[in-house]
Amino acid sequence: MKVLMFGWEFPPKIYGGLAVASYGITKGMVEGQPDAEITFCLPKPCGEEEKFLRIIGMNQVPIVYRGHDYNYVKSRIPDYMTPEQYYNFRDHIYADFSYMNVNDMGCMEFAGGYPGNLHDEINNFSIIAGVVARSEQFDIIHAHDWLTYPAGVHAKMVSGKPLCIHVHATDFDRSRGKVNPTVYSIEKNGMDHADCIMCVSELTRQTVIREYHQDPRKCFAMHNAVYPLPQEYLDIPRVDNGKEKVVTFLGRITMQKGPEYFMEAADLVCKRSKNIRFCFAGSGDKYWEMVDLAAAKGIADRVHFPGFQRGKQVYECYKASDVFVMPSVSEPFGIAPLEAMQCGTPSIISKQSGCGEILDKVIKVDYWDINAMADAIYSLCTNEGLHTYLRDEGLKEVAEITWVKVGHRIRKLYDECIYNGGFIH
Amino acid sequence: MKKICLYFEIHQIIHLKRYRFFDIGRDHYYYDDYENERSINYIAERSYVPALQTLIQMCKDHPEFKVAFSLSGCGLEQLEFHAPQVVDLLQEINSTGQVEFLCEPYSHGLASLANEESFAAEVKRMSDRIKELFGKRPKVFRNSSLIYNDEIGAQVAAMGFKGILTEGAKQVLGWKSPHYLYHCASDPRLKLLLRDINLSEDITERFTSHPIMADQWLDWIASTPEGEDIINIFGELVTFGIFHPLQSGILEFLKAIPVLAKERGIGFALPSELCSEKSVGAIEVPYNISWVDEERDTSCWLGNVMQREAFNKLYSVADRVRVCGDRRIQMDWDCLQASNNFRFMTTKPGYQYRGIYDSPYDAFTNYMNILGDFISRVNNLYGGADNEEIDGLITMIKNQGDELANKDKEIERLRKKLEKYEAPAAAEKQAPAPKAPAKKAPAKKAPAKKAAPAAKTASAPKAAEVKKEPAKKAPAEKAPAKKATPKKK
Repeated sequence: MKVLMFGWEFPPKIYGGLAVASYGITKGMVEGQPDAEITFCLPKPCGEEEKFLRIIGMNQVPIVYRGHDYNYVKSRIPDYMTPEQYYNFRDHIYADFSYMNVNDMGCMEFAGGYPGNLHDEINNFSIIAGVVARSEQFDIIHAHDWLTYPAGVHAKMVSGKPLCIHVHATDFDRSRGKVNPTVYSIEKNGMDHADCIMCVSELTRQTVIREYHQDPRKCFAMHNAVYPLPQEYLDIPRVDNGKEKVVTFLGRITMQKGPEYFMEAADLVCKRSKNIRFCFAGSGDKYWEMVDLAAAKGIADRVHFPGFQRGKQVYECYKASDVFVMPSVSEPFGIAPLEAMQCGTPSIISKQSGCGEILDKVIKVDYWDINAMADAIYSLCTNEGLHTYLRDEGLKEVAEITWVKVGHRIRKLYDECIYNGGFIH
Repeated sequence: MKKICLYFEIHQIIHLKRYRFFDIGRDHYYYDDYENERSINYIAERSYVPALQTLIQMCKDHPEFKVAFSLSGCGLEQLEFHAPQVVDLLQEINSTGQVEFLCEPYSHGLASLANEESFAAEVKRMSDRIKELFGKRPKVFRNSSLIYNDEIGAQVAAMGFKGILTEGAKQVLGWKSPHYLYHCASDPRLKLLLRDINLSEDITERFTSHPIMADQWLDWIASTPEGEDIINIFGELVTFGIFHPLQSGILEFLKAIPVLAKERGIGFALPSELCSEKSVGAIEVPYNISWVDEERDTSCWLGNVMQREAFNKLYSVADRVRVCGDRRIQMDWDCLQASNNFRFMTTKPGYQYRGIYDSPYDAFTNYMNILGDFISRVNNLYGGADNEEIDGLITMIKNQGDELANKDKEIERLRKKLEKYEAPAAAEKQAPAPKAPAKKAPAKKAPAKKAAPAAKTASAPKAAEVKKEPAKKAPAEKAPAKKATPKKK
């Protein structure tokens, strides 16, 4: 089984949740299925990616013919690629792209990440995907998130192989219904061409069916998973806050994540208790608004804003908290509560979060129901039994959610696409 | 002759309302009046009324037909308040004389697992209620959800019951059959009636999913081996109409039982009649059993840490509530104890019905909020005295009660001795010496009689003695019946 995957991010370079999910999916498949060979196309790899899959840097694939000799090519390309591969790609250039802005190798540069000219980069990515699809051998195409949908569609057109797309988020989640028409059209086009749409939750699947008018028969919920914490993170000691309890929000402080509801709940709790503190970790467009709100409510002494947390800090933050809250207004999946549970911190999540579909040992409330949220926070902080139960059972539950299982489920869908001609007959 | 012992329970909890933590200390009313009225009316209309009417008709048509009931205090309060026609029907069926009422803990709670005195007081209260409503003091006991172990058995025997109903659970019966009369391992005076799980659940659990005919069911009973004469069919009265809708024909099934039983030579018996017979042996039950779930134990109420925390917290104030003499608090105490509140918090898979709650955590949070308020009210009664002090006082009360009880016995013994002496003395007709104690006896008797009821009816009056306000005990002890009225207003 050879899979050609298109992705935008991959660890160790992490911009958002997409990198983690891409890593988990590929790793889970490789670990669980010895015959799975994955070729992963990235706009700009950093060269330090793990070697369990074959990485193709799209910025090393030529789209304009350059007659360099072997040694020159060898000196110019990174070590995860051979000159033979370069020549192979060069042999499959399918049109004259010399008008484009290419370098001396005939390749295009990518800024990486999410720069201002994102739409150009998406377009370039899809042009290069045509070359890759012509030169590689594969059984199925898998494209992660809307940035790579055009590349996936292009590869499908060229090769005739089935296309799976993986919906990690939709523009409806990000914009709360006010979609960007360009993004929407790219998403819709990708979904229309896909043979199989994997959505990270049933919630997203319903959005895809309802807002993008897709056939429910080819849409599947494919929930994310988590990797067991590395020893380094496990060794972080849990902080004993003594009589004080710490309730944490961790994520981008933006409308989609519902920080204002958390603040309202915090206000209710602060009015009735003296030993509960609130931590707003993260940055985002609503950061200052939240700081102002805390001050306006007169609880600024109990609400803390430690700012953006990276790497190990995230886990230190979980381990120093007694309760983790994710009040997202709309969350396609939301990996954070799973990570918090791995650290032994019970979570409260909104019913509008996709991860709630696979989690049972968490408290679920409607994001707008600040009374219920405050009640749950208070209960977790005051009742030892509930806290202990959710901590212990949560650890067990999250240990059962593995990427290998996800890999097997994806494989089933692949097989269906390849051998039975998809889901719509 | 084989005998079927039919028994149905009537219990509905008083539903708690949505109670947020910011209500703690501000709102002391815990009940969802709308839900209570709605659910009890729904159940009465769909189940209790038609089922009781059918049973009354059956009693009238078949003089040999017998059936037993028990009521929980909470259920009874609800019925009296919202659906008194059910109580009327119960009195009507009672007047046929083919019915027996059993006793159960007033609150349908788990006090039997937590606090002996509270348990005894509750049982006493329920027994009085049954006596008042139906004219007879119950002789046979059934614990909430048939929870039983040897200790409970001993305690129930000490309260004067001659029999107890419990589950014919596989883990205690082993190869034995539930179709015999057994007795409690720790007190042979107490007979055990064990539920036949299969035959009971053919009706209570499986009637809709695996419908059976009454003749087939009775054939199974008739074909039990020779000598296995007691068939205990226990269930809840809501089996008829709620667990299985009336259109499933369950009442027709019920009606057919006495007719077909007669054809097969099977009779009916009441629990107290069976308990007068001789038992075939003891059953040892070291661990709790009940009639719930496949495990037949207490795991659905006390299976996880949340449930245990709630349970421990609740019963941590049991003694204080019992001796406080505050009626309002004791009323709330009954409602909070109901085992259903704990069942809503179960995390066992497959449990669907959770009342107004959408998850076990929600149920726990709500209950703990209410409990928080309740406990602070109880503690306020004691003016913030710390636990040790109060526990000390309670122990003192208990010890004094025990002492009085011992003295009572001693007096009784001496009095009998005295009578023995007096008898020959009277025969002699002449004795200046025994006259002296004869005079003393009545003097001694007077305080003894006063102490006797005090020692027996829990510690409430004695608390008053200790607190030096005996006036308070009088209203608390009287008027135990009409407690629903002030609360609901």
